[in-house]
Amino acid sequence: MSGAVHFPSSAAIPSRRTVLSAQGIPGDAAVPLRVAELVDEAFEIYADLVDPAGIRADVSIADFAVIYRGEGRNAPRTPLEAIFPDARRLTLFAVTVGEAVCGEILRRFSDGDPALGYALDTIASAGAEGLAGAMARDHQECLARSGTMASGMRVLPYSPGYCGWHVSGQGKLFEVLRPEEIGISLNESCLMQPLKSVSGVLVAADREVHQFDIDFDFCADCADQGCRERIQSVLDDTIGGQ
Amino acid sequence: MDILQEIGASLRKGDDNRVAELTRQAIDAGMGVGAILDDGLIGGMNVVGDLFRRHEIFLPEVLLAARAMQKGIDLLKPLMIEEGIPAVGKVVIGTAQGDLHDIGKNLVGIMLKGAGIEVIDLGNDVSAERFVDTAVEAGAPVIGISALLTTTMSSMKGVVDLLRERGLNGKIRTIIGGAPVSKDFADEIGADAYGYDAANAVDQVKALLGVA
Ligand code: B1M
Repeated sequence: MSGAVHFPSSAAIPSRRTVLSAQGIPGDAAVPLRVAELVDEAFEIYADLVDPAGIRADVSIADFAVIYRGEGRNAPRTPLEAIFPDARRLTLFAVTVGEAVCGEILRRFSDGDPALGYALDTIASAGAEGLAGAMARDHQECLARSGTMASGMRVLPYSPGYCGWHVSGQGKLFEVLRPEEIGISLNESCLMQPLKSVSGVLVAADREVHQFDIDFDFCADCADQGCRERIQSVLDDTIGGQ
Repeated sequence: MDILQEIGASLRKGDDNRVAELTRQAIDAGMGVGAILDDGLIGGMNVVGDLFRRHEIFLPEVLLAARAMQKGIDLLKPLMIEEGIPAVGKVVIGTAQGDLHDIGKNLVGIMLKGAGIEVIDLGNDVSAERFVDTAVEAGAPVIGISALLTTTMSSMKGVVDLLRERGLNGKIRTIIGGAPVSKDFADEIGADAYGYDAANAVDQVKALLGVA
């Protein structure tokens, strides 16, 4: 399964809760009125400007091994190197919420409205992350429709820059995926433009393949630990399916 | 509550129109620009900064206060220039070469301005030469660099090395920050300070400027 993927704007609109939490406002806290108004305004601007786009390209396990090796800067031991050889299907992907939102964030900051700029930034970040999730779900549904998705399989996205896969790995990934087609480019430092973009590989594999122990060298320094939630979501599916 | 206290209280609420109105009233009442700035706007912003450090308010509230402060500063700016009122200090900031991510750097800049520090913001993707040349030309004793990825962190060292090469280390100090950066990394490359968040960056910069 390869080519551009079109998403409705709603696929890149995060929940208000996710955005408030990215702004450091916990779920049980009262949201000050001015902050609530600010977030509403930012959501309106974002909804007008967001232009979600995605692209994917299937790769063989052997080709992915070369992409994954990248510039040879991965951690000595990583979860993905144990996962991908057991995948049923590997598909490179990139998604973006578009340049217009990113330009608007910059403009708000330079025009002296940092509050709105920051609110928009957190929405766009959560939107880009959500879009990567939407890409994985779309992929899973496409595989299911085509009869390739056996029961017990799950599609999860993995990205360079996380869990020991060095961010410079994006170079080789871009050579094969060519996301320039949907307006994403990579600079020499491996930063994507538009800024609110996510790249990676969609791994379709049996549920148990996605599970790993969080005992890698880099886990201790990781502020994110999002993998715990991902592993849990896979486990929950198993329970749900029984 | 006197007018300067009221400016502080309105800042705290993020009420930008009220801050502008009160600043205008204070100017018209003949209050000194220095007093309006220090006791009204900067004083108010210091309180907001402290509340944030103590986790009593959220970051968006700090930014609403910063927006309100800017409204007041805009009114005072011409008078400050006229009266030659100096800033608390001067800092050149930007993101590391190759880095286009600037939200962290922007937040640091806003907090620094809130503390009365003059900020020369060079924007994104700033070369070591540009950081150093600007600091020399502007007479800024501090350079602040922000990075998003490990691949751009390495260019922070370029700035520290260039200062050393030109014999400016010690005269121009460096502070670094950003998601992948740590105190250990700052020590490793010889940066003078590391800021773990925007409020901490203000404390660190003040210490570098000797105004803590
Ligand atoms: C001068 O003195 C100072 C002093 C203090 C200073 C300072 C300067 N500069 C900053 N500070 C400090 O003060 C600021 C205010 O408190 C802070 O600034 P920050 O900029 O850190 O904080 C911002 C205000 C809010 N923070 C952020 O916006 C970043 C948060 C995290 C979760 C994050 C987000 C949200 C995003 N990301 Co991504 N992202 C992560 C981040 C992990 C984390 N926990 O930090 C990080 C930075 N991302 C990472 C990666 C890998 C990536 N991201 C990507 C994408 C994204 C999103 C689009 C989903 C989103 C937006 C990114 C953006 N900034 O616009 C990709 C790159 C995007 C691109 N354009 O190239 C991608 C490459 C993933 C991929 N393959 O797609 C990791 C970098 C790892 C590395 N080794 O380099 C990462 C650390 C996550 C991780 N693995 O834990 C402090 O650091």
